[in-house]
Amino acid sequence: MTDIQAGTGAVVAAAPVSADVPAIELDSVVKDYVSHGEVVQAVKGVSLSIAEGEFFSLLGPSGCGKTTTMRMIAGFEEPTRGSVRLRGEDVTNVPPNRRDVNMVFQSYALFPHMSVWENVAFGLKRKKVPADEIKRRVGDILEVVDLVGREKRRPREMSGGQQQRVALARALVNRPRALLLDEPLGALDLKLRQAMQIELKRIQRDVGITFVYVTHDQNEALTMSDRIAVMNDGLVEQLADPREIYERPATKFVAGFIGTSNLLSGTVRQVTGATAVLSFGAGDQVMVPADGTAGVGDTVDLTVRPEKITISTEQPAGDLSIVRGTVAEVVYLGTYNSYTVVLADGADITVFQQNAHDSTITAGRGDTVWLSWQPRHSYALR
Amino acid sequence: MSRRLRTALTPYALIFPGGIWLAIFFVVPMVVMLSLSLQSGSVEDGYAFTWNWHSYVDGLTNYHDQIIRSVIYGLSSTVIQIVIGFPVAYWIAFKGGRRKSVYLFLLLLPFLVSFVLRTISWQFLLSDNGMLLGPLKGIGLLPEDFRVLATPYAVIGGLAYNFLPFMVLPMYVALERIDPRVLEAAQDLYASRFQTFLRVVLPLSLPGVFAGVLMTFVPATSDYVNASVLGGTNTTMIGNVIQNQYLITQDYPTASALSFTLMALLLVGIFAYARALGTEDVLEVAAR
Ligand SMILES: Nc1ncnc2c1ncn2[C@@H]1O[C@H](COP(=O)(O)OP(=O)(O)OP(=O)(O)O)[C@@H](O)[C@H]1O
Ligand SMILES: [Mg+2]
Repeated sequence: MTDIQAGTGAVVAAAPVSADVPAIELDSVVKDYVSHGEVVQAVKGVSLSIAEGEFFSLLGPSGCGKTTTMRMIAGFEEPTRGSVRLRGEDVTNVPPNRRDVNMVFQSYALFPHMSVWENVAFGLKRKKVPADEIKRRVGDILEVVDLVGREKRRPREMSGGQQQRVALARALVNRPRALLLDEPLGALDLKLRQAMQIELKRIQRDVGITFVYVTHDQNEALTMSDRIAVMNDGLVEQLADPREIYERPATKFVAGFIGTSNLLSGTVRQVTGATAVLSFGAGDQVMVPADGTAGVGDTVDLTVRPEKITISTEQPAGDLSIVRGTVAEVVYLGTYNSYTVVLADGADITVFQQNAHDSTITAGRGDTVWLSWQPRHSYALR
Repeated sequence: MSRRLRTALTPYALIFPGGIWLAIFFVVPMVVMLSLSLQSGSVEDGYAFTWNWHSYVDGLTNYHDQIIRSVIYGLSSTVIQIVIGFPVAYWIAFKGGRRKSVYLFLLLLPFLVSFVLRTISWQFLLSDNGMLLGPLKGIGLLPEDFRVLATPYAVIGGLAYNFLPFMVLPMYVALERIDPRVLEAAQDLYASRFQTFLRVVLPLSLPGVFAGVLMTFVPATSDYVNASVLGGTNTTMIGNVIQNQYLITQDYPTASALSFTLMALLLVGIFAYARALGTEDVLEVAAR
């Protein structure tokens, strides 16, 4: 499916397809912009290796450098330092029209003076693909994105979701090595957005093309991606699969950015084997896996997800991490209750308790409660 | 007044001032002129309405050279303006950066001076031993009897110069609103810079060129100032003839008949042009 039409030879020649040559590699890429005489470092040294056929997401808050990173892969920006490789081939200084990757722009950027068909055929025509093959491939891809019968429409005569699919077809029809999508669903409403997420994932599986997906929506990234690079301030904070990003955030930033999580900090009381015991207040004990870097007396930050915590009105027993606090707020949220508990040191902890019929506990505002969780559910953060 | 009645009357109220203006300063003179063109008589004895078609026939037979010349001058100056104006509009739109409005202002600066004065300054520039030709003749680059003034080149040049902003501005507007992402998309889809220009920039700028041509070809073809200030006896345009007939000879029927003939010709030309370009499409893109 990833064969590339020989065409004009304008496109970088195909490297031998091999499973272990990554589709895209960024090597210590830095991008400085100069604006108003000041240097803005948008990307501060990003190294990534994206595998063939992978659904890879760049996730991060606004201004963290996602678009800039993607534009360097597409060739619209030249890195200030570092290099970009596509299937092992250095393309750092190759212009976008000679890179075998295609981009889906956030605003779609369809050609307003061309019909759907002409829009989709544009890339193949530039590659001088024979007319009958263009016809066949455009027809096929319009079927994939479910736009058959709308070939003659102009972009402005179509809904946002349809335009989105034209943009997708226009890129996919070229069978690029990789498809770069910059917040492709950003302009759609929630319902359409969810439908398109499923659709995109299906298309990606069908065509088997590497997708690099930029988003600042964590749910989108978690549900669709094979791997996620969480970016912050021009750097990659963590690169892992969605499960690990969620379950084991590596840094404070990732823990705070993904989902709801509780941040705690405590002092190491003792280290026994693979476990460090932290203390907060009297009667509290929190255990985290010891990584050998923190010694007794050091302060350690850790995180625990709200749904991993059990709330009880009596002190629990067993090999658990336990802290004590006072309920400040209870919110009924249908399938679960959300408790806000204040610890002795003033930290707020959020706890989600499922409303399963027999596990409902009754703690109200002002009650003293014990929070407990399995030691493996909390991690020390960098 | 009831709300419904007010809603019904609002559109008429809005077009009322403009409508009155058009009626007094456009429709009435047109009707008067049309009737003039069908009258016969003389200045001394007065003119009377006689369904006299001869003014039209005579006008065409006596002045077809000037009519053809006017169209040729109008077309030539329009082509020159496209050739000069497009790169200017393109440059301001895409490379102007934050100083776009400064460049546009500079472009318009000469046009704060009166039309006639500007044309007379061209006369100074182009005169036989003037600022331009004098020194060139002095160092022997040009023969002594070389002249530009009173040739078609001077008139066409003057026309092209005088109407240039009306060409540049609509082209600029069309180019300026091309989304830069669309150009990046073309590049992303393997188009070279030249192909991007040819397949995307040019088609998207056509509505501007179309408007520019309309706004310059019509006034250039019916102009008489440039020909009378920069031209000679061999460069008389139909505008000069009409002016002469009205103000000097005072043959009002002939002058009016020539005016209507010119107007009809221009209208036919414009419609043919719109057809050829596929206005529907062009205007649609313009309305995007
Ligand atoms: N052309 C430019 N000139 C100057 N600074 C720029 C330019 N493009 C981006 N920047 C800056 O670089 C930083 C990263 O921008 P980028 O567009 O990559 O962010 P992003 O992660 O895509 O954000 P968003 O989610 O808002 O799209 C920002 O601080 C931005 O202001
Ligand atoms: Mg962005």
